[in-house]
Amino acid sequence: MPPLLEVRDLHTEFRTGAGIVRAVDGVSYTVDPGETVAIVGESGSGKSVGALSLLRLIPNPPGRITHGQILFAGRDLMGLSEEEMRQVRGGDIGMVFQEPMTSLNPVLTIGRQITETIEQHRGADVGAAQRRAIELLGLVGIADAERRLKQYPHQLSGGMRQRIMIAIALACDPKLIIADEPTTALDVTIQAQILELMQQLTRRLGVALIIITHNLGVVARYAARVNVMYAGRIVESGTATALYHDPHHPYTMALLHSVPRLDRPRQARLDPIEGQPPDLTRLDRGCSFRPRCRFAVEQCATAPPPLLPAGAPGQLAACYRSNDLGTVAGEAA
Amino acid sequence: MTATASEAAPLLQVRGLKMHFPVTEGMIARRHIGDVKAVDGVDFTIRRGETLGLVGESGCGKTTMGRCILRLEKPTAGEILYDGVDIAKLGRRQLVALRRRIQVIFQDPYSSLNPRQKVGSIIAEPMRVHGVEPDATRRTARVRELLSLCGLNPNFADRYPHEMSGGQRQRVGIARALALNPEFIVCDEAVSALDVSIQAQIINLLEDLRDKFNLTYLFIAHDLSVVRHLCQRVAVMYLGRVVELAQCDELFDNPLHPYTCALLAAVPVPDPTVEAKRAFQPVIGEVPSPINPPPGCVFHPRCPLAVAQCREVRPELRELRPAHWVACSVVQ
Repeated sequence: MPPLLEVRDLHTEFRTGAGIVRAVDGVSYTVDPGETVAIVGESGSGKSVGALSLLRLIPNPPGRITHGQILFAGRDLMGLSEEEMRQVRGGDIGMVFQEPMTSLNPVLTIGRQITETIEQHRGADVGAAQRRAIELLGLVGIADAERRLKQYPHQLSGGMRQRIMIAIALACDPKLIIADEPTTALDVTIQAQILELMQQLTRRLGVALIIITHNLGVVARYAARVNVMYAGRIVESGTATALYHDPHHPYTMALLHSVPRLDRPRQARLDPIEGQPPDLTRLDRGCSFRPRCRFAVEQCATAPPPLLPAGAPGQLAACYRSNDLGTVAGEAA
Repeated sequence: MTATASEAAPLLQVRGLKMHFPVTEGMIARRHIGDVKAVDGVDFTIRRGETLGLVGESGCGKTTMGRCILRLEKPTAGEILYDGVDIAKLGRRQLVALRRRIQVIFQDPYSSLNPRQKVGSIIAEPMRVHGVEPDATRRTARVRELLSLCGLNPNFADRYPHEMSGGQRQRVGIARALALNPEFIVCDEAVSALDVSIQAQIINLLEDLRDKFNLTYLFIAHDLSVVRHLCQRVAVMYLGRVVELAQCDELFDNPLHPYTCALLAAVPVPDPTVEAKRAFQPVIGEVPSPINPPPGCVFHPRCPLAVAQCREVRPELRELRPAHWVACSVVQ
């Protein structure tokens, strides 16, 4: 089966006062139909810009997708007209953003925001759109749907609003949903409810999901495959199990080591990643993680390491030393 | 009732603390139509040198609790005894003296530093306000010392906050809190806004400083794994009340209150194999409004163990295990 989405060598840059920022710098990955893929990274790693680039939602100026192909269900989204792209957004690709308060329109009722999508994309009449909206609210676990449809976003809690966002994303039977930090603004118990809901619905309806997050626990619980991003590049990718149990990039290893874990005995001391996140306007030719990497050698300064097979089948890592990290770490310990 | 009344030398004792914010209606004739009961009868004690974690979700009152201790709010009722003196009743002049001993580190390293002030001036400000180190040269030297203590290059004193990363700014906030040699620091979500790789650096720094200066922390946070790492005792708050209070390991190994159990179950562990084995059922419903909290136990509408009694009787904290206090009528 061909992948649903294939991103090939995507580059997105921003012109800023301080110089050109290569927010996404040659990213390639695939998503299979019905699969959940996580994109993990810290602020500035390019995970959100990468997702917005898929939908061509990069404000120009200052941003621009300079290179790459986005093959979705057999078509290259880069070649579509603006009008065709509008049909894809909210149609075949649904979106769920981090801030449910700012991504919903405060002056329109919930009902209008759901029916608008259905009318625009499916040409449904008002009655049919209304019926579909009620059905969708039931699907996302909102009781008393008819009353809720008449309410405005400010009358709902954060968790409710995110359920509405999911309903809108699902409104036109998408093939793919892109969720950008969908639960970061929510409390722990509500976060768990929303993630469970997204997992159940995407499984039941066979929708593929790209979940963008910085939370390593969320990835472990919900994603089948993971791409780890650092300074605009994918530095490691593979199945969640392979990546968590046998990481082959020093950044992935360090990231997993730096978080305190509830399922393990308390540590005397955390093992942080030293140094500061990279300044994207001042990247040099070598590996961007080099200044913070305890395995760095001279070769790392010459050119960015390519993403090559390492470890388990299907696992890729962008590190010159990916196959001797285990031995080096062992010696250090 | 005080949870650890028998323990020696408490630095801070909070007794029956209530902080209600009035809700009014009407533009000219303001009618009082209710209260947001942000903190509604809280008791706890912090011993000298101890770190107490205060956890809970948004709206549970944990930040208001911290603001009352800093006397940024004047509590509606109750006592906050700091070293034997009731902070809640202090006048202006006495408060100034007290604030040299109690400092705060805020969550957001972006909004808690004045963007127009250089880092050196931000850190020196508490010293100027309190008349400590009136000599400018010695004050500058002290600023440089504080910067290097917090892991920053002393030359950062000449920078503006926008020239620094989030982690570096949080270090500046910590240096400012240390400027007056305080004994007690309220850390209000001090690491929550930071990236994972930077969070661990700041947690280590907070631990080093605690050991070095024998600091006492009230560590307010929603991230349970961070709280478990850093704290000796933990209080769990829900809708303005403490529902469970115990030694850190005891609380995480044997949680008793159904809300604590739900919180712990909701946190995903960064390990796919562990996660695949966990049977997980998220707790239902959302946090009710603190204006009109449910009668009886505030958690009963969401509680899997609730019985008829929970709808009527408000459970008080009971010591179910040694030094392990739980506000639940059902668990034994």
